Amino acid sequence: MTATGADLTLRHPVERFRLENGLRVVLAPDRSVPVVAVTVSYDVGMRNEPEGRTGFAHLFEHLMFQGSANVPKMEHARLVQAAGGTFNGSTHQDYTNYYEALPAEALERALFLEADRMAAPAITEENLRNQIDVVKEEIRVNVLNRPYGAFPWLQLPQIAFDGFANTHDGYGSFVDLESSTVDDAADFFHRHYAPGNAVLCLGGDLDVDEAERLVRRWFDPVPAREVPPTPPTGEPSPTSVRSGVVEDRLAPAPAVALGWRVPDPVGDLDGYLGTVLLAELLSEGDASRLERRLVHDDQLAIAQSSYVGLFGDPFDVRDATLLTTQVHHPTSVPVEKVVAAVHEEVGRIAAEGVGPDELARVQARTEAQLLRQADSVLGRTLGFATAELVHGRAELAGELAARLAAVRPEQVQVAARGLDPGTVAVLELRATGGRR
Amino acid sequence: MSAPVLVPPLGEPRPQPELAVTEETLPSGLRLVVVPRPGVPLVELRLRVPFAAPTARAAGQHTARAAVLSGAVLLGTGRHDAPGIAEALQAHGGELSVSTDPDRLLFATTLLADGLAPVLGVVAEVLTDATYPAGQVEAERARVAERIAIARSQPGVIARTALASRRYGAHPYAEQLPEVDTVAAVRSQALRKLHRERVLPAGSTLVLVGDLDPAAAVDAVGSALGGWAGEGTAVAAPPVSLTAPGALQVVDRPGAVQSNLRLGGPAPMRTDPDLPAVRLANMVYGGYFSSRLVENIRERRGYSYSPRSSVDHLAAASSFLVEADVATEVTGPAFLEAWYELGRIALAPVTADELDAARRYVLGSMALSTATHAGLASTLSALAGSGLPPQWLAEHQQALARVTVEEVQDAARRFLQPAGLTAVVVGDADRVTEDLQTFGPVEVVRA
Repeated sequence: MTATGADLTLRHPVERFRLENGLRVVLAPDRSVPVVAVTVSYDVGMRNEPEGRTGFAHLFEHLMFQGSANVPKMEHARLVQAAGGTFNGSTHQDYTNYYEALPAEALERALFLEADRMAAPAITEENLRNQIDVVKEEIRVNVLNRPYGAFPWLQLPQIAFDGFANTHDGYGSFVDLESSTVDDAADFFHRHYAPGNAVLCLGGDLDVDEAERLVRRWFDPVPAREVPPTPPTGEPSPTSVRSGVVEDRLAPAPAVALGWRVPDPVGDLDGYLGTVLLAELLSEGDASRLERRLVHDDQLAIAQSSYVGLFGDPFDVRDATLLTTQVHHPTSVPVEKVVAAVHEEVGRIAAEGVGPDELARVQARTEAQLLRQADSVLGRTLGFATAELVHGRAELAGELAARLAAVRPEQVQVAARGLDPGTVAVLELRATGGRR
Repeated sequence: MSAPVLVPPLGEPRPQPELAVTEETLPSGLRLVVVPRPGVPLVELRLRVPFAAPTARAAGQHTARAAVLSGAVLLGTGRHDAPGIAEALQAHGGELSVSTDPDRLLFATTLLADGLAPVLGVVAEVLTDATYPAGQVEAERARVAERIAIARSQPGVIARTALASRRYGAHPYAEQLPEVDTVAAVRSQALRKLHRERVLPAGSTLVLVGDLDPAAAVDAVGSALGGWAGEGTAVAAPPVSLTAPGALQVVDRPGAVQSNLRLGGPAPMRTDPDLPAVRLANMVYGGYFSSRLVENIRERRGYSYSPRSSVDHLAAASSFLVEADVATEVTGPAFLEAWYELGRIALAPVTADELDAARRYVLGSMALSTATHAGLASTLSALAGSGLPPQWLAEHQQALARVTVEEVQDAARRFLQPAGLTAVVVGDADRVTEDLQTFGPVEVVRA
């Protein structure tokens, strides 16, 4: 354990308790700046939405901002922002979270707002139609009206996985979104938004006893409901190469993504940590293996990156997940050459391992990035909340720097052996529109 | 729906921590700003070097060279090749990013607190001994040209560059992204000359924020960067002369499923006493979620996911900007609503509640964004670019606290009135032009 890793663990003690209605509560006080963060994470994400309702988890996230029993439409934003705070929500593969970062004196107001919508969001036909339109614009901005919009996050899972949970479009088809009803929303809320299916996490400038009293005041009255079991999203590992091609008429240059199944982030955390460092070793910065080989030495690529987890955060997903290597290359370079070079570099680590000096440098860089994320009260609080929800232990977020610093070269070599060229999923993006 | 009678009142505000700033100027002219902060055991480093194009005539070439230089400066020094530089920084948790904008070159990294001296050593090496090896520079310029081609395919980039070119005309700020062909012709000799003439300590500012001892940090900078010298003085962008907004420009993107609406006009500089009132008028109009623009075209009409307005500062010009990406079929109606809300805020007073909410939000979000090492370092570096000291933050907060409804209205009338703004719409011209002609003459150009 390095000094700084230990430091981070020690300076952020975590307190936790559970309310009668099942709500799990995590408190992570740190009074160095007068800022608090309040987050509620519900254990339902894109992977849990039913067939025929693609995009519903995300659409529902929007509906949670449309007001609640004691909060008219637009008032949630006003109450947070007029207190000097910021807010947002985000839908992930396995969970959906809602959060505020505010001056410390606004803590109770944020608790009131979160409790009010946990008890009774105001889902009306008018709000639903309005937010379907807003979500369609969001999809147009981020996917349909730009080059590389769905690449590879919406496209690679379709060939890398088999089950609906993992392969479907989590942003949603326009057909599914438009046919959504208020009843669908009420069912979804009833099923997945019970207090027992959520984690409330508070971080920053708070007094533990006072915070517990305020939490009980606002959340104790939310009635308990039955909590559905977490549906398994894992699936058998692939045994063969899968490949696909997509055409992008807006893209000026081709790209390719390779995805490999990696160890279960929860069931095999030690194996998984080796994979996380492998991704950094492959792609982070000018010293990384793929940057040297693809960009500098062979000049095959314009840009490359590797990451674990669909959205680039390795610690916010359950099984099944991927290590993805993404390469943008000039039209003059054949994609086969790029793919072969990636396999060769991974194969070199699998065969020869990695030196302790190289790994130590990567560990130092990874540690700095984790610390940087933890410097923001909100970033730190979201980390604790996700660790509690996904791993059952908020403390893990504080221990990650130390856990990663303890990974040995052999673990990275084992991880590289898992990136088997015989089981990879390869998605090729062809730029079909010409330069514009 | 019942009124929010339950809403808990806010408690007593807790005092903001005061910044303990150490400022020094080295004999070379390099300005140093050091701020210790509680928090994680990291230091954030920002080195800002003035790098504006000297004239509009030179802007195309300068922007192209600056774009290549920002990658090529890390390709090697007398002692290290590119991976060697990266390894030396990575060992201390760092990764040096070098970026340009129309005013400056910025070297930035985070680093583990105990790595300050060695990281400064690598930075000094890059500043004084970058070699720009010819073969690698050729490869780098080819990559930069490809990346620019990709950037130019993004509708948001097309819109931003079109608006800048229309607003700034014959000023270097008109050239926000270099031409691919100009980039492809950049040679290593030109980069060495540019580095020698423009990467200078005089006029540059180094900001260090985080887990550090100020006196030790000043010493470390003095010994690491003492050898960074250079003849010449920093070049700042020439003054901007305002041009009247011309016809609404449609940049044709056939088949686009969305239109990118952009409006822009002048705003007060950071040193201008009008700035606090304009910032607050901007908030009420479209600066945050609780604004009129968001309520109107997102929450009421569903035209747009993320409509917004902002006040943006360059060294020689500040801007008020409006942005909304909307479905092609509602382009005209969405433009109408954005225009209507501009007219409304210019002509009718904002309410006291609107002003209070905007003020608390601006003050609160300034506190949030400077509550991390990285946020504070970037903010102080940007202020240095306007020649402003860290104390400006507190003064600006006090000025925001004093702004009245009348001052907001006066500011909105002068800076937010729609007739004073230049408008650009990127979209499918065949489908949007006729509707947009409702507002006046429209000029169509190709993307």
